[in-house]
Amino acid sequence: MGMTGEGFPAVTTRRDAVVSWGQKNSLWPMPFGTACCAIEFMGVVSSVFDISRFGAELVRFSPRQSDLLLVAGTVTFKQAPILRQIYEQMCEPKWVISMGVCASAGGFYNNYCTVQGIDQVVPVDVYISGCPPRPEAILEAVLKLQDKIDRPQAVPPAQFKVKEPHFDY
Amino acid sequence: MEKEKLFEKLKEKHPQTILGSADRFGALEIQVDRNAIADVVRTLRDDAELAFNVLVDLVSIDYSAYPGWTGERFGLAYLFKSLTLGHRAQLKVAVPEGEPVVPTLSGLYANSDWLEREAYDQMGIRFTRHPNLKRILNHHEFVGHPLRKDYPITKRQWLSANESLMDEMEVRLKEKGYE
Repeated sequence: MGMTGEGFPAVTTRRDAVVSWGQKNSLWPMPFGTACCAIEFMGVVSSVFDISRFGAELVRFSPRQSDLLLVAGTVTFKQAPILRQIYEQMCEPKWVISMGVCASAGGFYNNYCTVQGIDQVVPVDVYISGCPPRPEAILEAVLKLQDKIDRPQAVPPAQFKVKEPHFDY
Repeated sequence: MEKEKLFEKLKEKHPQTILGSADRFGALEIQVDRNAIADVVRTLRDDAELAFNVLVDLVSIDYSAYPGWTGERFGLAYLFKSLTLGHRAQLKVAVPEGEPVVPTLSGLYANSDWLEREAYDQMGIRFTRHPNLKRILNHHEFVGHPLRKDYPITKRQWLSANESLMDEMEVRLKEKGYE
């Protein structure tokens, strides 16, 4: 980035840097809240923790208008096709945060009706641990996602590699 | 009404189909022949001295892992309460594994519709002449009955398509005159 000309008010940069700068600072989350994590997400949006400091405060309840799917809560096998359909209705580019242990790995619902991690249904970018997570953890997940959007070419360490969903609808 | 009097009154009205009684932790349990459950429950509801106007719960039981059990594999417990007289009753029905079929109560109590659907979904007990006997908790592609003791608890089954519930909605729309 640098100034051009004498006193001319312009900066030069790469186009993808500007695009990703815009994307990462204006994430529009769509909460897919099925359990208590969704209540915690309300706390993150409201004024004490205030997710709008990171530009992700504009919560949309329509997948057509949002680019960040925030899955908060337990997903059953009855819910799984719905989650997949909502993910497919979102426009590219789109990202997914799996919030809490139920969405990430099934939690303590080790039974016949709970999906053992939503990464079997949709690709996940950031996982948050906790039951439910602290609001700070959600803010950190947003910051991690901003990092990821900023440097798409960066390869994550092997233990953070995102799995591809194995169940194909 | 006293528990003993209640049992005697029922036994008097249905001498063939009331099989016995037991004391379960202070509550009276009346054992009933499964084919006559609807008749007995009709007496419970309509008799002025009994007046059991609430079906509190319907519990299905799998006795296959019960220590020392020699009876039929399945059981149903019907819990009743009378709001006007303040007394309770529990009916117990034995259901054989080979033919898990019991007459429905859906003509007597409106809430038995969903209670019986749950017993069918989770335990595989079928109710004859039920108006809408289909799964209520699990999805329609689910195979088996998960609360049976021989169902592996971590056996998971994927649902391949959305469950739209439009078949339920269409009935409601027709009821309200929107077609």
